[in-house]
Amino acid sequence: MSSATQASRTYSTVREVLGPLLFVEAVRGVGYGELVEVTTPQGEERTGQVIDVSEGITIVQVFEGTSGLDTTKTTVRFTGDTVKLPVSVDILGRVFTGAGKPADGGPNIIPEDYWDIHGLPMNPYSRAHPTDFIQTGISVIDGMNPLVRGQKLPLFSGSGLPHKLLASQIVRQARVRGEEEAFTIVFAAMGITTEEARFFRDDFTSMGVLGRVAMFINLAEHPVIERILTPRIALTAAEFLAFEQGMHVLAILIDMTNYCEALREISAARMEIPGRRGYPGYMYTDLASIYERAGRIQGKKGSITLMPILTMPDDDLTHPIPDLTGYITEGQMILDRKMHKTGLYPPIDPLPSLSRLMDKGIGSGKTREDHKQLSDQLYYAYAEGKVIRETALVSGEAALTSNDRLYLKFADRFEKEFISQGANENRDIEGTLDLGWELLSALPESEFSRIDPDIIRKYHPRYRGGNEGDRIVG
Amino acid sequence: MVETSGARRKGRVFRVAGPFIIAKDMPGARMYELVKVGDAGILGEVIRLEGETAAIQAHEETTGIRTGEKVVGTGKPLSVELGPGLMGQIYDGIQRPLPRIQEQFGAFLQRGVVPPALDRKRRWSFHPSIEKGAKVSGGDVIGTVQETPLIEHRILASPLLGGIIEDVAAEGEYTVADTIAEVRTPQGRDKLRLMHTWPIRQPRPFSAILPPEVPLLTGQRIIDAFFPLSKGGTAAISGGFGTGKTVMLQSLARCADADILILVGCGERGNEMADVVESFPKLEDFRSGQPLMNRTIIIANTSDMPIAGREASIYMALTLAEYYRDMGYDVALMADSTSRWAEALREVSGRLEEMPGEEGYPAYLASRLAEFYARAGRVSTLGREERTGSVTLAGAISPPGGDFSEPVTGNTIRLTRVFWALDFSLAHRRHFPAINWFMSYSEYIPALANWYEKVGPDWRRLREEAMAVLKEEEELREVVSLVGAEILGDRQRCVFEAVKMLKEYFLLQSAFHPVDMQCPINKTYHMLRLILKFYDKARQAVNEGTSLGQVLALSVKEDLTRMKIVKPERFDEVSKEISQKMDTQFDQLTADTAEGVSA
Repeated sequence: MSSATQASRTYSTVREVLGPLLFVEAVRGVGYGELVEVTTPQGEERTGQVIDVSEGITIVQVFEGTSGLDTTKTTVRFTGDTVKLPVSVDILGRVFTGAGKPADGGPNIIPEDYWDIHGLPMNPYSRAHPTDFIQTGISVIDGMNPLVRGQKLPLFSGSGLPHKLLASQIVRQARVRGEEEAFTIVFAAMGITTEEARFFRDDFTSMGVLGRVAMFINLAEHPVIERILTPRIALTAAEFLAFEQGMHVLAILIDMTNYCEALREISAARMEIPGRRGYPGYMYTDLASIYERAGRIQGKKGSITLMPILTMPDDDLTHPIPDLTGYITEGQMILDRKMHKTGLYPPIDPLPSLSRLMDKGIGSGKTREDHKQLSDQLYYAYAEGKVIRETALVSGEAALTSNDRLYLKFADRFEKEFISQGANENRDIEGTLDLGWELLSALPESEFSRIDPDIIRKYHPRYRGGNEGDRIVG
Repeated sequence: MVETSGARRKGRVFRVAGPFIIAKDMPGARMYELVKVGDAGILGEVIRLEGETAAIQAHEETTGIRTGEKVVGTGKPLSVELGPGLMGQIYDGIQRPLPRIQEQFGAFLQRGVVPPALDRKRRWSFHPSIEKGAKVSGGDVIGTVQETPLIEHRILASPLLGGIIEDVAAEGEYTVADTIAEVRTPQGRDKLRLMHTWPIRQPRPFSAILPPEVPLLTGQRIIDAFFPLSKGGTAAISGGFGTGKTVMLQSLARCADADILILVGCGERGNEMADVVESFPKLEDFRSGQPLMNRTIIIANTSDMPIAGREASIYMALTLAEYYRDMGYDVALMADSTSRWAEALREVSGRLEEMPGEEGYPAYLASRLAEFYARAGRVSTLGREERTGSVTLAGAISPPGGDFSEPVTGNTIRLTRVFWALDFSLAHRRHFPAINWFMSYSEYIPALANWYEKVGPDWRRLREEAMAVLKEEEELREVVSLVGAEILGDRQRCVFEAVKMLKEYFLLQSAFHPVDMQCPINKTYHMLRLILKFYDKARQAVNEGTSLGQVLALSVKEDLTRMKIVKPERFDEVSKEISQKMDTQFDQLTADTAEGVSA
């Protein structure tokens, strides 16, 4: 159909406008996924994409929304091309709309290439397993659930919780140890408020990293369907920077909940059979096509580390959005409202949080040999302490055994000293691990069933105490 | 997948919606026929027929496919290639070799012509074991090829074949496509090659099914001791995200005493697949010291790869497993995860606008799952010589929100006879494997009783005693959570201590510790016996008036702590020492108490 002329690919046969969709009749030779230019009766240009072709009806989703479109004067031109993003290193330091157009008053990008925004699935055989420990300087992350380069680790938050502050602290402090190079940031916002967008922008400015950031912003008042494009555009930019330019990219997607709402809206307009809570049955596959673009490739220098942020409706971890996300991402950081209310920052609850790739990123040569066993023991002790705290609430502390009381005290100190830290406080990993040992040492050594005796003798403050004393004397 | 000649019919694309295509003018198309769609020739399968209109699920990305493009039927169902060269391979859901795709196309999966599943150029050293003039029927061994140092590949007559050998190739080097024998059959002459093909949705026939009386040992204490799996059995592993399913399946893969492993990553994470793909070639086989990949096939269909391939991957893996079973091997197939597979069914069903069942899953979900698990079993194979082989299936389920009442979990546990329930609260305190001992079960225990009795005559008693004390502690814990532990007497506290020991010294097992990760059945038995012996003696001592504190201060308790990291070859000796030490120390303690009382 490449012989088709421009004119023959322009149709004014819109039969129906429904929600974000146009139903166009009698279209010939159009490809699935094709980019569409829609002209409104007022002469305004919009873009859309073919999401269903057939000899009868072709369905087009319009990214800027369908308000003002009609069934008589609206024209639709099929471009014969898929949706592509002009890519160039010049995107760094710039702000774009959620559809990838400049939004900072700057000039258009002079592209080095055009990349299909849907990308291609990575050959699992070509992936390199992420193993480089990222020090975020935050104890509860580095000590308990460390992040590695190329991982996708979401923040599961709730409305009103300080995920913005935490994300910004991570952006500011995250480093791969022994490397000078900071992360290049690709920031995609979907349906956030102007206020929130400004927070991040000001923050990047004050950190002096704006020159290493590309921002793609779809605000709450922007077209809903554009949100379908935003993460794909941002990740296409990230892929270009990582795998073509060799940069280490940290991609932040906020807020994936809004993205999923947009997906649901389209699905409903298409009258598809809904899955759980009205979200489409293919949401898992759709989210996977976004999240799975993180990673490393063998033989290439760059990497994409992905941090999607989502607000759990009603703080419900079993809601389809966090649930499906958790099944695709390599772990999750869970912000806890109770901890936030007691004034803890960062309010990350380590118990349900998880980093699935931590084992390959820690240990001797990466962080320290005792890291894994220490974190397992801390996990156990904190979980035990929390159970005992519940008991103490019901029956009073007097009913506890002496051992129980030690665990209870441990849990309190663990929260106040280990989890809690300042929004500008940057702890190195040795500091975090030593702090863990110090807290653990209040418990009897016979409780340490998750730590090898050799490791205990090497790192337990009781055995190291002598050295420290020497140092003071010397 | 193999391309076979057949009646070629051309239809045209009428509609494209995601991975789903409708083609018109397809007279004579059959269900599950393999078709090629569009100028790009992407692979698809017919999944519904209405008159001359066929609904097709595409195994590749459909972007750019236009209405009016051609659709060509191949006349054959989707099939796998079976022959030497499978071992150690990494395939996608429709048997495309991922390493060779990387060589040709780079790091991203593109659409287009793909290399065949089995290398056509590689030569294999073939040793015939049948002579000219011999009668041959389905399943007979024609000869052998040493596929890897660990696997002797038996070249089998296709299950459907029967006739007289007219010619057989001499010992020598052949490719999978070379003719190695000719057979006169009632229909004419048939050529046998090192490879043949088999449709993935059709189970391979066998001669008889055998009872599940041999365990598939996993090296995982909680499984081998409490919830054993049998060779040819079926197991479901269920747990929400973060409960350690994937790590557990990988431990099973490394430690299970099967001859051949088939791992299916069905809709799983790319980085985790990369870990398997990177680490398996480096892993050593416990038995032979050889690389584990020499007896492993990996099927990787990550969540960003086409959904239809996810649906097909399970059937492809089953067919490969049955093929090696027919050679007389014990095959363990681990599928992670069957929920992703069920979701693929749901997605396809939704696109077909079928009437949805529970939670949007198609009404045929249960029957598809049943078909899957029914392909497990320990069998005596076709062929004149006696061979037994087995396919053991372990499927992971990822219940949404960790809810075990959802349809995939519900339907699966009706079909599988072992259920390993992974538990959030155990995982949160980093108790791995996080198998909940109250919710899990194995229905193979009676059938395996004879086998276990040979390891230790008191197995049954130990198992029941351990479960009883775990249950007792659970009940006491409920009381304690209301009134505190202070009210407990030494006798009840003894139960707490015993359970703590069981949990920490026995059930807790590291998947990463070089010694602890694999626990042989003998060691498992003796560890359990010693811990229960300690409990027994402690209870007795407390009853006789010794304080629990004194019991817990015994140095033999330290020895029990470290049992799990004692190397298996030294364990017999160590366990005897611990047992004696325990006797001595308790005797001493009782004597001291008696003295104290009398004084």
